[in-house]
This record gives sequence, C-alpha cells and structure tokens, in this order.
Amino acid sequence: MQQAIEGSLAIARAVALCKPQVVAAYPITPQTHIVENIAKLVADGILDCNLVSVESEFSAASVVLGAAAAGSRTYTASASQGILLMCEVLYNIAGLRIPTVLTCANRAVSAPLSIWNDQQDSMAVRDAGWIQLYCADNQEAVDTTIQAFRIAERCELPVMVCVDGFTLTHTLEPIEIPDAEQVNTFLPAYQFSRRLDPQQPISIGTLLSPDLFPEARHSHHQALINAEAEIISAADDWAKISGRAGPALLEANGPEQARIGILIMGSVYGTLADARNHYTDLEPVCLIKLRAFRPFPVKALQDACKGLDELIVLDRALSPGSGGILGNEVRAALYEIEDAPRIHNFAIGLGGRDVPMDTLPKLIAAVRENRHEHFRVFDAVLEKLPEEDR
Amino acid sequence: MTLTEIRIHGRGGQGNVVAANLLAMAAFETGRYGQAFPNFGAERRGAPVIAFVRIADTTILRRCQIQSPAFLIIQDEALLNIPGVTDGLLPGGKILVNSSKAADEFPTPEDTELITLPASQIAKQNLGRPVPNTALLAAFLGLTNLFPIDALVKVLAHKFSGSTLERNTQLIHQAVEQVPVGQWQEAIHATGN
Repeated sequence: MQQAIEGSLAIARAVALCKPQVVAAYPITPQTHIVENIAKLVADGILDCNLVSVESEFSAASVVLGAAAAGSRTYTASASQGILLMCEVLYNIAGLRIPTVLTCANRAVSAPLSIWNDQQDSMAVRDAGWIQLYCADNQEAVDTTIQAFRIAERCELPVMVCVDGFTLTHTLEPIEIPDAEQVNTFLPAYQFSRRLDPQQPISIGTLLSPDLFPEARHSHHQALINAEAEIISAADDWAKISGRAGPALLEANGPEQARIGILIMGSVYGTLADARNHYTDLEPVCLIKLRAFRPFPVKALQDACKGLDELIVLDRALSPGSGGILGNEVRAALYEIEDAPRIHNFAIGLGGRDVPMDTLPKLIAAVRENRHEHFRVFDAVLEKLPEEDR
Repeated sequence: MTLTEIRIHGRGGQGNVVAANLLAMAAFETGRYGQAFPNFGAERRGAPVIAFVRIADTTILRRCQIQSPAFLIIQDEALLNIPGVTDGLLPGGKILVNSSKAADEFPTPEDTELITLPASQIAKQNLGRPVPNTALLAAFLGLTNLFPIDALVKVLAHKFSGSTLERNTQLIHQAVEQVPVGQWQEAIHATGN
C-alpha cells in the first residue's frame, strides 16, 4: 500500500520486513531517523530483533560483523564521519566475505564541517570491497534495501545502500511499502555457510601469508564481478513479486536520437528528468541513472553509451588533485570502446549545494559551447574566492 | 500538470517540518501527490527554518529547493524583517502570515498579496498552546481551495484522538472562518519552472 511517509521511516519499515536479528544503532545526521524508527518498531513489538545501541560507529560495524558471522541477519546505518570511523571494520567485513546490509545516508565529509548531502562518504570507502547501490528516489531506497539482503546473502558480500541524506532521508512523499508476504516470498531465511558455531569450531580473520594473499584478493574481486548477475536477478525477481520494475545495474532513459548523455548516481536524477520535461526546447538528452557503482558495470555502461557523442558525468564527490571519482571510472570503462563519447566531468551539489532545475540547460550549454572540460566543480562561484585560490 | 509550490518559514520549535509534512500528507489523502522536505540549518529553538511543500496531480520528480514559490506561509511575523524571506515569490504570489496585525501593516513585494491570521491566538484558545501551524494550514486551504480541509482533519485523526482531535478540528474550522475562502484559488496554477 502506498503511504505518504518520510524516506527514513520507509527504509526502516523495509528493513523490518527483512527481519534482521541484530541491528546496531548509532546516531548521526542525516541517518538518525532510520535507526530511531527501527528502535520504535522493535519497541512496538513489530520487529523482533536484538537492537544494540553501541557507543560508536566502529562498534556498530563490529557488532554486525560478529553477529553476521555467528549466523544472524544484520543491519546498520551511518553517514559521513560515521562511515569513516567504520572504515577499518568495513574492509574486514568485506574481506571476511560477511553478508550484511548498511544504509549510507550520504553526507559530505569534514572539513569543512557540513551536515548536508553529497556522496563523499561512500566514495571514501569504495575500495573496501562492498557492493554499493545508489538510489534515485525513496521507492528505490525501499526496494533496494529488500533486494540488498538477498544479494548480500547469495554473494556472501556486504551491501551498502546509498541514499542521499536529507534529499531522500528527510523527504516525505508517497512510497509503496510491500506486504510481509511479498518480502517473505522473495527473501528466504538467512543461512550462513561459514557460521561460527562452537559445536563445529572454525577460525576467521587469521593471518594470511603471501603464499595465499593475492589469491584471496583475486577471489574477493571475482565475487564482486560475479555479483552483477545477482543484482540483476534480485531486481528481476523483486519486480515480478512487487509489480515495480526498478533499475538493476543502471538505467538509460532517453530518445534514440539523443547524442548527449548525462550520467548521475542518486537523487539528482529526478530533478534532471523533471527539467528535461520542463525545458521543451532543449535538444534530446539521454539520462543514465547508475545504480551499481561496485561492482562497476563496465559492459552495461558501454552499451548504454552507444550512439552518444557527448557524455556528461556528474560527480557528487571529489578526489582533490585528480577530479571526479565517477568521472574517472567512466572514462576508464569507455576507453576501450570505439566511438566512445567525449566525457565532460563535473562535480555538482557538494556539501548540500542545491541542484536547481536550470542545471540541465546549463550543463548542455557548457558542452555545446564546445569547450571540452576534463573536470570542474560546476556550481562553484569562483568570485567568492580570493584571486589566488580560483 | 498543476504543480503548486509552497515555502513555509518559521522558527525552530514552531512545528515547521510538521506543517510541511501535514500538508503533503493531506494532499495525498485526496489522491494527489505531495512532497515535503525541510531545509535544515542550525537546528535549535528560535532559529529561522524553512520547509518546502509541492503538491501535484502526478508524481513529482524534482527534488531541488523551492526558489520560486506561489505561496509563502510565515509562522512568525518577525521573519518578514529578515532579508530573503520573500525572495523568489512569483508575480501574483500570496503570503499568509501568522499575526494579529492588519495586513496593510506589512510591506509586501510588488504584485503580491498578504493576508494575516492570528494563528497563535487561535491555537492558544483551542489547544492551550500558541502553536500556529495547523491553523495556518487550514486558512491556507480555505484561501486556495487546493483541496478540502477534511483531508487535514483526516491526517490529524491518524495522530490524535478524543478531545485533542476535537479541539484541533474546532481550530481548523475557526481558522477557515477568518479568511476569505477561495480568494487565492487562481494562484495555485502559478509555477516558476
């Protein structure tokens, strides 16, 4: 049934439908509403789970690691500094091939201190070995959360569901919350093959000599590559059960004659799609919504870019001294194909800077003025800076 | 598609986010699409805060802040002294202010209309607390006929019951009685972009 509710509450309800046995909760803006709402569901007797109020994000990640290794379905959520504090444990969770689901309510990273949305936090842990899925709206956040548990458990890999902080987490809108029956059909009970069991003791996380380390890393890499198939199958199966078709790896949306494409991860997609409907005098544009950032869907991306002459890649994060993180990944993926589009990479909406409707015509104008821009912070007003910093 | 964009200005503690959410939820009750979100800044009592509401017949895709609203709801008249509060209000735009003063005591931008409602007083009388948000929403719905006020009562009925609900319902009807019903009806079709 569709309900007008806040994104965070919808995510909490989606988590509850997946019946995690252990949830680690630690507050941080703009994530707090998610774990608060889960705590309410537990208190109200709607979710039967062990809610552990920890004293830091490092502990939150450690709790889910241990509980999942012992065979529990687990969940936690965080953002920004919290994700950074978790970082060491995030690598361990992934390297130990422990299935868990974490919502990252995407937020800028300090300093300068900002509580507002960009995607610097999840980008900072992109190499931790987690699957990363980015949501364009709150319905996708709900559906992705449910799919994430199945993907994690089938691949024995952790999944980070990335949801733009405030823009999605604090937005109230009509959202379809699935029935328990639908989720039960989709998601079988969690069975962990390498469960820590005192009756059949095993060790995990032991020292690995150079004799086997590269093979372990190869195997982890391969597991992520192979996860593409599970991400697709989860999206397909959930579409059949829920009646809602959502993106799997990515979704390209635009007329065939479009020669210009814009690629984005997260909630700015909606504003660009609305702007495309609104500014009817613009040339045709293909909007590409990238959902899977890890594994990075090279083949799907190459296919989606066929026929495009220009591709604008919008980053919601920055690698200072290099440029856009997503931009560079897309460049690498398209380098191998013939007739690859020219790539124009911009960071936009850093630290919560609003991305208004007229961004779309401005982006197209920037490209059509025929300047090839390797990278630029698109909405930075350089006049605000002293001459020497521009 | 009719898209109505409303910006609510208030102070931390006045129920600004609640007001935005209530309006979007009430719109949803009537089969419309409602979107509400806050613009958080310094989250402390008394600090100026902003919340945004969009209401449309079909799914709203955009998620940017509302820069050119058709309507402003101002929960504290003193906020009108802060630069930027009326920025971007569309030509023909409307301002509803919580105040016991007469409308002509406030300067208004050219080609806009301002109406006052003593919302805090109405709330004090009915609820015992000077929380202006529900009265302002009721008056706004009366002025615009955007959708029936029953939807607002219905949403409150999800949250409250018994005498609390009764007093809120009474407050809603009282607020509507104090404004010229339907006077702003045409302005709901105004959109910036």
